[in-house]
Amino acid sequence: MEDAILFLLFAAIAVVCAINLVVQTHPISSALSLVGVMGALALIYLQLGGEFIAAAQLIVYAGAIMVLFIFVIMLLNAGKEHRVRRRLWVSYAGVPLLAAFIGVAAYVIERMLPPSPGAKFGAMTHGNPQEIGRSLFQVYLLPFEVTSVLILIAILGAVVLARKEVD
Amino acid sequence: MIFNFFVVSLIKSALVAFVLLTALAYIQWVERKVLAHIQLRVGPRRVGPHGLLQPLADVIKLLTKEDILPSHVNKFFYFLAPFIAVMFALISIAVIPFGTEVKIGSFSTPMQLTDLNVGVLFILGLSGMGVYGVALAGWASNNKYALIGGLRSSAQMISYELPMAMAIAAPLLMLNSLSFRELVDGQGGFFLGVIPRWSIFQGPFPQLVSFLVFLVAAFAETNRVPFDLPEAENELVAGFHVEYGSMKFAAFFMAEYANMVTVSCVAALLFLGGWQPLWPVEYGSGFVPVIIFAGAALICFSHAIKPARPFDRITLPVFGVVFLGIAGIFLIPIAATILLPLFWFLAKVGIILFIYIWIRGTLPRFRYDQLMNFAWTFLFPVAIVNLFVTALAVALTSK
Amino acid sequence: MPQIPMPPQSVPLTWYLILGAILFTLGVAGFLFRRNVITVFMSIELMLNAVNLSFVTFSYKYKQVDGHIFSFFVMVVAAAEAAVGLAIILTIFKNRQTLEIDEVSSLKN
Repeated sequence: MEDAILFLLFAAIAVVCAINLVVQTHPISSALSLVGVMGALALIYLQLGGEFIAAAQLIVYAGAIMVLFIFVIMLLNAGKEHRVRRRLWVSYAGVPLLAAFIGVAAYVIERMLPPSPGAKFGAMTHGNPQEIGRSLFQVYLLPFEVTSVLILIAILGAVVLARKEVD
Repeated sequence: MIFNFFVVSLIKSALVAFVLLTALAYIQWVERKVLAHIQLRVGPRRVGPHGLLQPLADVIKLLTKEDILPSHVNKFFYFLAPFIAVMFALISIAVIPFGTEVKIGSFSTPMQLTDLNVGVLFILGLSGMGVYGVALAGWASNNKYALIGGLRSSAQMISYELPMAMAIAAPLLMLNSLSFRELVDGQGGFFLGVIPRWSIFQGPFPQLVSFLVFLVAAFAETNRVPFDLPEAENELVAGFHVEYGSMKFAAFFMAEYANMVTVSCVAALLFLGGWQPLWPVEYGSGFVPVIIFAGAALICFSHAIKPARPFDRITLPVFGVVFLGIAGIFLIPIAATILLPLFWFLAKVGIILFIYIWIRGTLPRFRYDQLMNFAWTFLFPVAIVNLFVTALAVALTSK
Repeated sequence: MPQIPMPPQSVPLTWYLILGAILFTLGVAGFLFRRNVITVFMSIELMLNAVNLSFVTFSYKYKQVDGHIFSFFVMVVAAAEAAVGLAIILTIFKNRQTLEIDEVSSLKN
């Protein structure tokens, strides 16, 4: 029972932060809401037994990628977004259509997922770093090496694009 | 039984929090005294004997000072930034083990708040999240000096996280675990019966280079001299905390000292063997704390005969008696088994903190571009080469 | 007297998938409706996070670690994409002095 209460708490935090991300006008409030979403998701991964993924989410996503976003927002300092004038039916039909879409998706998920036992904290023991290491370096070795080349390409691209023009 | 677990955890958390917060205040006293003696002066000596009540006076001053909220700051982030800085600095103490199991009657509990089996990753993640406090403080202050100081400080912290993570990864290759308790247990035992199996002495590749890289990266992560350009008082008008006063300013300093303590604990656990003693207990390493404290008592008594200041005729003998009492506690066998690992761990952490303060009194500070150059062109390649050599040594010597 | 419904003993896996669907939909909404290019980029990251949650949920269902591995690769690709994308955004800002995607439309018509 405490699993369900904890899940509902973290899910509520994630959804509130995600709504805040979409609604806020200043990009830095959106960025901090996204950090909140990632923190809540890291706790949900911990509940699903993915302790390495939870730690990687905190270290890589919330601790490095989002800091990069916040740096760029602070450096560019572009300010809040202006409100845009929308047609009347668009502003009234937006949120109900979103809710209807989520409802349809939830119904399809409920019908299509084969019956499976629920999630209990501690039932999955394979998420530890030993298992991930074994799998990453034996079964998924080729994708691992390819992603390291991908990161190298990304570094080169970022350095070339952000370089100052040499006169 | 789960209720029992909650009660015990609550008691341990309260104890650790209390000890940590008091220690943070007194580390500042030690720093001021040591820096003063390095610079041939005396340091605080008016408030209480030898200035021992100076941290209390500082806390009272900071709490009762008027807390100004400038009108040009972004209020939500201005309040959030010191909160985030202190929160992530204080949470990391939860996975640090201080000693072995404590057995009182039939009840035993480890001297640690929680033993995550990804403890090392937890500490790395939290030090990454601590960057947000600094960056938000610079942004919220709405002040160009604060913004530049905040951006420089956070860029420095991120750049030095990489060599630190590589320096942490090297002993993990030899010890094969991410949980702190298993790391320290893997450093138990002795070579040839005498040399301890700490990481810096352990085959197949002694981790001396990793230890040095980790210490240098830790100095930069915690924004301490010689890497403290973004927050020194005479550079950039004190950097990212220029618009903060009284309690929020104290929060940033508490966060800095808490980070220092965490990083010293991690260094002691990963490289110096945690609570493992320097030589085996059979050869008498159980008497080291007794000798140290009895020696301190002797020094106090010998100085009390001809004191430099008149009131020292009273305070020095009192300190001497207190030290003799502590030496006596270490002779009781029941207390000694609990306190001896704690003593070795605290001694190692204390030595690393002393090195922090010693270097602050000795070295000048780096300029910002020299600092970033040092991270990316020297420290990061050294850390990578060290990791590579360690991995090669482990792969060649494992069965 | 109506019973207060007790929360279930274990969390049904559909709840995790529905949370992922909600986050993904919010990401799509942010992507379509916002005009600041950095906020659009952050909505893409939100969509990637929702997909990660689905991967980890199915990895729990089959008690295998492959979902975690795939989630890890998604994180790595998101990091590479964030680095290059933010460099592009910096270049756009340097040339156009604006961060609104409606104004970077000189190739239209």
